[in-house]
Amino acid sequence: MWRGGTASIVRCMVMALALVATGCVDKADLPRQIAQGDSAEGLKVIERVGCAACHAVPGVRWPQGRTGGSLAGVGARPLIAGRLPNQPDTMIAFVRDAPSLLPDTAMPPMPLTETEARDVAAYLYTLDDD
Amino acid sequence: MTTRTPDVLNGWPPPVLDPAGPFAGPVTVVAWVLFVMGAVVLTVVLITLGVALFGPRKWKRRVAGERLVWIGGLAFPVVVLTGLLIYGLSVTARVSDAPGAGEMRVRVTGEMWWWRVAYLDARGAEAFQDANEVHIPIGRPVVLELESADVIHSVWIPRLGGKTDMIPGRRNFMRIQADQPGVYAGQCAEYCGGPHALMGLVVVAHRPEAFAAWRAKQAGPAIATTVPSAAGIFTASGCGACHTVRGTQANGLAGPDLTHVGSRQTLGAGILPNNQGTMAGWIADSQGIKPGNRMPSYPVLTGQELRDVAAYLDGLK
Repeated sequence: MWRGGTASIVRCMVMALALVATGCVDKADLPRQIAQGDSAEGLKVIERVGCAACHAVPGVRWPQGRTGGSLAGVGARPLIAGRLPNQPDTMIAFVRDAPSLLPDTAMPPMPLTETEARDVAAYLYTLDDD
Repeated sequence: MTTRTPDVLNGWPPPVLDPAGPFAGPVTVVAWVLFVMGAVVLTVVLITLGVALFGPRKWKRRVAGERLVWIGGLAFPVVVLTGLLIYGLSVTARVSDAPGAGEMRVRVTGEMWWWRVAYLDARGAEAFQDANEVHIPIGRPVVLELESADVIHSVWIPRLGGKTDMIPGRRNFMRIQADQPGVYAGQCAEYCGGPHALMGLVVVAHRPEAFAAWRAKQAGPAIATTVPSAAGIFTASGCGACHTVRGTQANGLAGPDLTHVGSRQTLGAGILPNNQGTMAGWIADSQGIKPGNRMPSYPVLTGQELRDVAAYLDGLK
């Protein structure tokens, strides 16, 4: 019985590896991640600088601003603000200084350090499910 | 650009039994004395009740009869409550005395749903206005003259003092003092309608020389650091009908003075951190953030205009 259980686990693992090897897990399907970004720290930064004054942010209870869009599912969206490719470097730059990328945006530059911007982006990429 | 942490928003709600000055200390002591004495009396009453209901016959007989009622039900409460009343009044008496000569005075007026703050000179005349934030030097009492422009509000800065009501047509006094520099959170403690829960107050305590520098700068006109076109949008949008920015055309009196709004810790009366982002969010949709407050949302600005106005106000340091 025990031997049979082990064998089935091994079989599952082999199948999983085979799936990966045949390309079922494509780069585009992986959740976007930020190297050295700390998503838990990112949420603290989001609360401290008040992103929620304009955005509903999952994980922030109050406020739930309406001026900018809701950030629920933002990690899975193809575009940032409907205009820019949703890639980690763009996201890091955007949360810190949106007008440098979109001159007519209403989103002002935010008082974030580079590290804080990485953490914020890391948190946003955990929001990949509407 | 540096990140400013509004400490006051991190530790919300403020701790209520953690005094940071000589006027909050006695209030905390009174609170603990009342709590402990209440607990002791309740315990004794419950034990006596238990004995009367379930105790052996011999014990029941001891708690029966009128004698216990006269002693425990009348004499004891009269003595203890009178003692507590005298004690409570004596420790809080000096808090609400009228200001003496040489005491620093700040007039705080409760408005629906923010605080008008005026720093008074030695003669009691208004030197300059600010809003939603009271700056004090450490180590000395500061008298707050409390008034109301509309309904009853109540000032409560738990770490610096007790609660004192602001009553229309009256002027109440309350002393606060901070022993250490820092930021202390306050809250309106008397329901005043609509967004009452979002009517926060911030007290910033400075070392004396830093306070003198702050006061000198604050008394002066606005020093705008951003592009002039941004000020133009502020004017064209009619913001000056309700808000004053000293040194410009904006001279409205209905809302908070914005002369140095960019240097404040918070926005919306102690509820949001203060930066260009929250400023833009507040201007665009103040009704979404603080429903019912007297400032209308401004869904008439373009993204660029909104950002410019936010940058202009953020630059009023």
